[in-house]
Amino acid sequence: MSCARNGAQAWLTQESAVSQSVRRVILVLLEVGWLLSSTLPAAHAQQEPLGAVAAKLGADDHDTLQAAIEALGARSEPAALRMLEALRDGNLRVDGSGAVLVRDGKSGAWLDALTGKPAAAAGAGLKTPLVNNALRRTLSPTIAQLQLRSTDPAVRLAAAEELAKASDDKLVPAMRAALKREIDPSVRKLLRLSLAQIDLTSPDPRHRLSAIAAMRDSGEVSFKTQLAALLEKTADGKFREPDATVRGAAGGALNSIEHQELLTRVVRDLFYGLSLGSVLLLAALGLAITFGLMRVINMAHGEMLMLGAYATYVAQLVFQKYAPAALNWYLALAVPLAFATCMLVGMLLERSVIRFLYGRPLETLLATWGISLMLIQTVRLIFGAQNVSVANPDWLSGGIEPMTGVVLPYNRLATIGFVTAVVSLLAFVLNRTRLGLSVRAITQNRAMASCMGIPTARIDMLTFGLGSGIAGLGGVALSQLGNVGPELGQLYVVDSFMVVVVGGVGKVVGSVVAALGLGEVNKLLEPFAGAVLGKILVLVFVVLFIQRRPQGLFALKGRAAEN
Amino acid sequence: MSTARIKELVSTLHSPRQWLALAVGFGVLASVPALNRLVPVGAALHLSDSMLPLLGKFLCYGLVALAMDLVWGYTGVLSLGHAVFFALGGYAMGMYLMRTIGTAGVYRSELPDFMVFLDWKELPWYWHGFQHFGFAACMALLVPGLLAVVFGFFAFRSRIRGVYFSIITQALTYALMLLMFRNDTGFGGNNGLTDFKRLLDYPLAEQSTKQALYLASLLALLVGYLLCRYVVTSKLGRVLLALRDAESRVMFCGYDPFHYKLLVWTLSAILCGLAGALYVPQVGIINPSELAPSNSIEIAIWVAVGGRGTLVGGVIGALLVNGMKSWLTGAYPELWLYALGALFVGVTLFLPKGLAGLFSARRVRVVAPELAAELPAEPVRAEDLAGET
Amino acid sequence: MTQAQSQAHGQATHHAHATLSDPTMLWVDNVSVSFDGFKALTDLTLLLDPGELRCIIGPNGAGKTTMMDVITGKTRADSGRVFMSGRTIDLTELSEAQIAELGIGRKFQRPTVFENLSVFQNLELALKTKKTAFHSLFARLSSEARDRIAAVLDTIGLPTRAHAPAGLLSHGQKQWLEIGMLLAQDPKILLVDEPVAGMTQREMERTGQLLVSLAGEHTVVVVEHDMDFVRDIAKRVTVLHEGRVLAEGSMEQVQNDPKVIEVYLGSEAGNLGGAGC
Repeated sequence: MSCARNGAQAWLTQESAVSQSVRRVILVLLEVGWLLSSTLPAAHAQQEPLGAVAAKLGADDHDTLQAAIEALGARSEPAALRMLEALRDGNLRVDGSGAVLVRDGKSGAWLDALTGKPAAAAGAGLKTPLVNNALRRTLSPTIAQLQLRSTDPAVRLAAAEELAKASDDKLVPAMRAALKREIDPSVRKLLRLSLAQIDLTSPDPRHRLSAIAAMRDSGEVSFKTQLAALLEKTADGKFREPDATVRGAAGGALNSIEHQELLTRVVRDLFYGLSLGSVLLLAALGLAITFGLMRVINMAHGEMLMLGAYATYVAQLVFQKYAPAALNWYLALAVPLAFATCMLVGMLLERSVIRFLYGRPLETLLATWGISLMLIQTVRLIFGAQNVSVANPDWLSGGIEPMTGVVLPYNRLATIGFVTAVVSLLAFVLNRTRLGLSVRAITQNRAMASCMGIPTARIDMLTFGLGSGIAGLGGVALSQLGNVGPELGQLYVVDSFMVVVVGGVGKVVGSVVAALGLGEVNKLLEPFAGAVLGKILVLVFVVLFIQRRPQGLFALKGRAAEN
Repeated sequence: MSTARIKELVSTLHSPRQWLALAVGFGVLASVPALNRLVPVGAALHLSDSMLPLLGKFLCYGLVALAMDLVWGYTGVLSLGHAVFFALGGYAMGMYLMRTIGTAGVYRSELPDFMVFLDWKELPWYWHGFQHFGFAACMALLVPGLLAVVFGFFAFRSRIRGVYFSIITQALTYALMLLMFRNDTGFGGNNGLTDFKRLLDYPLAEQSTKQALYLASLLALLVGYLLCRYVVTSKLGRVLLALRDAESRVMFCGYDPFHYKLLVWTLSAILCGLAGALYVPQVGIINPSELAPSNSIEIAIWVAVGGRGTLVGGVIGALLVNGMKSWLTGAYPELWLYALGALFVGVTLFLPKGLAGLFSARRVRVVAPELAAELPAEPVRAEDLAGET
Repeated sequence: MTQAQSQAHGQATHHAHATLSDPTMLWVDNVSVSFDGFKALTDLTLLLDPGELRCIIGPNGAGKTTMMDVITGKTRADSGRVFMSGRTIDLTELSEAQIAELGIGRKFQRPTVFENLSVFQNLELALKTKKTAFHSLFARLSSEARDRIAAVLDTIGLPTRAHAPAGLLSHGQKQWLEIGMLLAQDPKILLVDEPVAGMTQREMERTGQLLVSLAGEHTVVVVEHDMDFVRDIAKRVTVLHEGRVLAEGSMEQVQNDPKVIEVYLGSEAGNLGGAGC
């Protein structure tokens, strides 16, 4: 039988014209056929009707009960699983005649266990089998074994996990059988690894070899100790593992896993660094305009982020109230709302305070700090001092796993995409629009720009508004990644300044490079130094960097820098 | 020092009228403990027991404001990290106070309570010596001074100025705050150092100890003031002003700004350390929140309110702003941040010379109205922005 | 050489320089500077004799100010050296303050004085003394120093404003004060950037006389746009163009140099009068 199956598989592999899905279907058919021919005869061989086996559940002694559970575990009828589950949950009764009743979990009605039809629960003579811990230990894997036949991959996956926990030699044949018919990759993987765990102690070197191969393929870090144990010597100087081939394979697998582990860590750190960098960039981008281009030391920048995050919260509230069905799309409102709010606040700020302080950076710093305090207090009075909850829309929760051990959450991926879009938009505005041209002209020579008829006051207001609005967009992204509270901005303002200063004042591209660089450095340092020390190291690094290059990565040179 | 030299010094520091004003101010402040001790409870002028340490705390803030004025008002170096030096002085004193608790703590252990709680078996090396008051007092000045020398050495040598310097100092205090928040740094983590019992065998809870601490703070303030006054009236002080207004001109005159800034910066840090050391026994706690960037910026506003480059103005600003803070956070807590924020905005927009500016402007107007009009409101300093080499 | 070295630190040896066998006071040797690809100075070489009065002219962007920046240490040269007193001291390795201490004084294009100090205090700071921070902390003004300041105040015509804040001076007075600070500094070499900008005709004449009288005892380099002024005071003129020396010689030679005429043709058709502004 199994020979025929292997032959069929070989043919399938050779025949490349047959599509993957067709192959799957054929495989399933083959396996079903094989299943019928291999397990059913075994069941029939017992020649015992299901009802008779079930009746033994009413036995008083545990050995009989245990035997009955194991016998049921070998049956393929759905009723067997139904009875075992009811037994586990305390929903099984046996009446005096040996008929088994189960209580439906939902309706609470009593059903005949064999037929699944409603049955009258005879009040007297019903017996509840006593399930002690020893029986429970048998029961769980047995149920899992049956559940492996479920049509629902999720149930099969849960069952495989249960079996992996049990790691019992007796379950090996059932698991092997299940592995052969399994098509879901994650269930397959789990079964294979559970088997490998058991096979590693098998007396047959071939089983041990295949177990090692499975472990190697999995790249799972948790196997390292087991593999390493194979290479150890016992007290009398002999290897634990007598077979040199197996030892070699184990060594190779160990190397491979360690290699894989390193790769995983590097990829993960790089991704999280990129992600942190994009968060930093979103936080700093607004500042790259207000500080970088306009030289305004806006200490209220953090509060612009905070306002953006609260605008997101308001958008969520609006959707909850007026369009709960479309709640998943509240970000579509949050983005323009945050931009508009922060732009307005920014323009107001520029007209009312900042424009009187141009050319006096230290005073600007103090005044804008004062403004930040007032903004924080205002938000506290309106929304309360506690954090508010901004939920990720469904499409942002979860993530993809491109390789084992590396999960890329959607919200972080979205942040990276979002920052790319915002940077592109900003580059477009600065390089391709009239406003951008005016901004660049004023940055280079304010007096001359003014002489050329550029309305510097209006452009100042708009530029500051743009920077603030972009900070608001940063706030939208931050609301998706962390807590939203009145002090949100304070967390980011130091980082934002670091990014702009390292990047070099006056160049937005500098901020991009600096943010990504700082993000990466931070995340790559973290495994060695821990989060807090890593952050401190980065700050120290930034300070040292500024010592070396006070003008940042991308310096404006020559006369422009000195005036 | 000869009598002639002393006379000359006295006349350089202040005019006779200013000396008189200083003496009156000092006398008023020095009589405050008497209002607590001698005036009967219930009388209009009686000062409650809890008010005294509060005022003592303000005096420490006054000393910090002096230190800040020295670097910002006179030298044009705005530090947003002065709380670092203050906190380091405070921690040094706090470590002494922790050690003197001895076995009187909750866990009846020789180790400070938080170490027992963390299951530490012995004192970290850097806690040794702090059982001696003298050692701790030296450390309260030395550690801030040393950090200032190291930090200033790198920052001033590479000519970091203006807002860049401010931002870096802010990063400094931020980094130190993160560090102190950690439990394994060994300074009590989040909770900091607290539950002090006695100072030099005098119980801190005693009113007489509080009075002594108040007077010590006042004395420190006076000595600090005279020291700063000496510095700013010396030629060094004139170089500092020159540095603030036109740094490159000073260099082309042959002065190396590096040494000047480093000297003043370090002096300022040591004064802050002293203030911190006096502050901690009066408030009974030191924790990492003292290192929050906002605390450092608040120091700047005390000086700005009082008037930069006046020394006295900074002290008065510190007393006024903190008095207002104590009152408002008690009476109208939700208004305090608005008031503080409005102070920041209002002073920079409308009172660039602070309260002292109000007085001096009036005086100039009386003497020579045409001069007052001519006075530059505030020299625009290109160097504030320039990160140029 | 050792003699020259000791003189570099000496105080009253300016007259000796003129008679030294090695005549170079300042030697700008093949200096190049570029900003972001823009070449401000290209292999600039300039030799100054002790006691000389040299005028430097050239159109905007010719590198005049950059040259001064390099000499005084404000800008680092990409290549080349600047020597003082023969070849004894390489200025490119020193800081601004060290160069100033060696005896190079500079007057900026825009008058830069310490506005919040009095005229007297401005001069006090400029005065030639020890300039370390520690020294300043305990420094007291000697009577010689007071006399010296009084003399400078007389020279610059500001004795009555001695105790007025420098910020209250008029533009011309600030120019004078800055020149006074140079005098108090008593440098060997004076670099003077546009000294007569914003001055009246009479002030200009006085400035010219002052600069001429300073030459001989000091080496004076004047960068100026005002050609009439240059014509009045100059003995030797150097024309810079695009970071190089275009021509050098007496005013007459330079004015008739075809290369110079070529460069200035665009603006003033070969006539140097008032060019460059």
